[in-house]
Amino acid sequence: MNSNTLSAAQIAFLQAHKRRKIRIHLYRISILILFLFLWEFSTYKGWIDDFIFSSPSKLVFCCYHMILENQLFYHIGITLFETIVSFLLVMLLSLIITILLWFSKSLTETLDPYLVVLNSLPKSALAPLLIVWLGANYKTIILTGMSVAIFGTILNLYIGFQGVDPEKIKLIRTLGGNASQVLLKVILPANLGNIIGLMKVNIGLCLVGVIIGEFISSKCGLGYLIIYGSQVFKLDWVILSILILCCIAILLYSLIGVLERRQKRNM
Amino acid sequence: MEYLISCQHMFYTYHTLQGETPALCDIDFQVKPGEFLSIVGPSGCGKSTLLSLLCGLIQPESGKILLNGQNVTGKCSIGYMLQHDHLFEWRTVKKNILLGLEIQKKINKETLKEADELLKTYGLYDFKDARPSQLSGGMRQRAALIRTLLLHPDLLLLDEPFSALDYQTRLQVSDDIGSIIRKSGKTAILVTHDLSEAVSLGDRVLVLTPLPAGIKAIIPINFPPELSPLQRRNTNEFKDYFNLIWKELNLNEL
Repeated sequence: MNSNTLSAAQIAFLQAHKRRKIRIHLYRISILILFLFLWEFSTYKGWIDDFIFSSPSKLVFCCYHMILENQLFYHIGITLFETIVSFLLVMLLSLIITILLWFSKSLTETLDPYLVVLNSLPKSALAPLLIVWLGANYKTIILTGMSVAIFGTILNLYIGFQGVDPEKIKLIRTLGGNASQVLLKVILPANLGNIIGLMKVNIGLCLVGVIIGEFISSKCGLGYLIIYGSQVFKLDWVILSILILCCIAILLYSLIGVLERRQKRNM
Repeated sequence: MEYLISCQHMFYTYHTLQGETPALCDIDFQVKPGEFLSIVGPSGCGKSTLLSLLCGLIQPESGKILLNGQNVTGKCSIGYMLQHDHLFEWRTVKKNILLGLEIQKKINKETLKEADELLKTYGLYDFKDARPSQLSGGMRQRAALIRTLLLHPDLLLLDEPFSALDYQTRLQVSDDIGSIIRKSGKTAILVTHDLSEAVSLGDRVLVLTPLPAGIKAIIPINFPPELSPLQRRNTNEFKDYFNLIWKELNLNEL
């Protein structure tokens, strides 16, 4: 690793590796281009109806108009805001609750069946209730987003906390540490990778929850745009929103990826 | 008050839903300051339980443990070396050895200086910013020892600290660590299932019976004090002590 002069075979290996990576990237991009081309071409030829299926050019046009009318970024912003807030709240709350559970075994055993039930319940079933109780506003939507992710996160975090080597805990004890020091010096650092893994899952789950919430009741956001667009047969809006959702998912996921790489480098 | 630690008629039983298992039965022994006591016994005989009791992690069911004449609690100045070094991969070597001080909130200029000195003495100074995974098995065990020594324990408990190492490293490290402990004049109790390790390090060897563990015999080991653990292994008496303890252990099984 430290040697400055690489052997010819090593250079050949590295080049082959690089070529392969470039090839994979090319394949990926060509699939996208081929798909867009076929889509555009078949609507142009009239093979499929661009009123129902839209087309890349119509979407670009639609996107351009919505930006001009200051609509698009407004809806994207709302959905992003709701997703990020519910994601942060899920991580914070589930960490706090898991720490409480970890401190008290009786609490864990008492709450265990409730957590299991709440985790397996389809959370979209809760959304209509939440809307009636809390009203059709962004708070309800954030809560819907949270409800999708929080119970599973608590269960997973708790399993991670329990999985820490008891000998490591014994070490802290023999050094004179108390329970909160066990938590801070061993449990939390040992679970950092686990926490980031859960963040990766949760950012997607929160987005799903937020869209469910927006479907059921909302006057803004991409979920609203999808539902409203389908009701008034503005399918350009629907498809555009779905494509934007894809982009948001990729963006959020890669943000967590940055965090993960930073953590790995510090290990 | 000539004993550093004295166990008086100690009993301990494990309770589970399946029933109770007596683990220790009438354990009674004393250790003088500066002495090195080895404890051997058949595997699963409650050796680690004994150490957990000695350092106050668990309390005996009956009987007493006195350190410097006072009851042992979790807050006593006892250093415990576990079977594995348990250096944390998310900390550097230096941060790892400071863990004990950090927990006891004793980090200051003097202790930091002492830590650096110990790192230098035991040849780890160049690795202070490395991750534990970059150290060899022996170096890791030494780092774990520094972590314990920085707290200036009156008594060191060693729970098979070399058992996770391969044979060659084990000989080196036990020689290394044995000498460090002798030089610093620390009192130590070593628990092991390796008879030759017990003889090469100890001033006395305490032989335990199978479960529930009681004291079978206490055998004094007499070697010239200048011999290192490795040199002890080369003497003629070494074999005799080994056989003596071997016999005591096997008598148990009949």
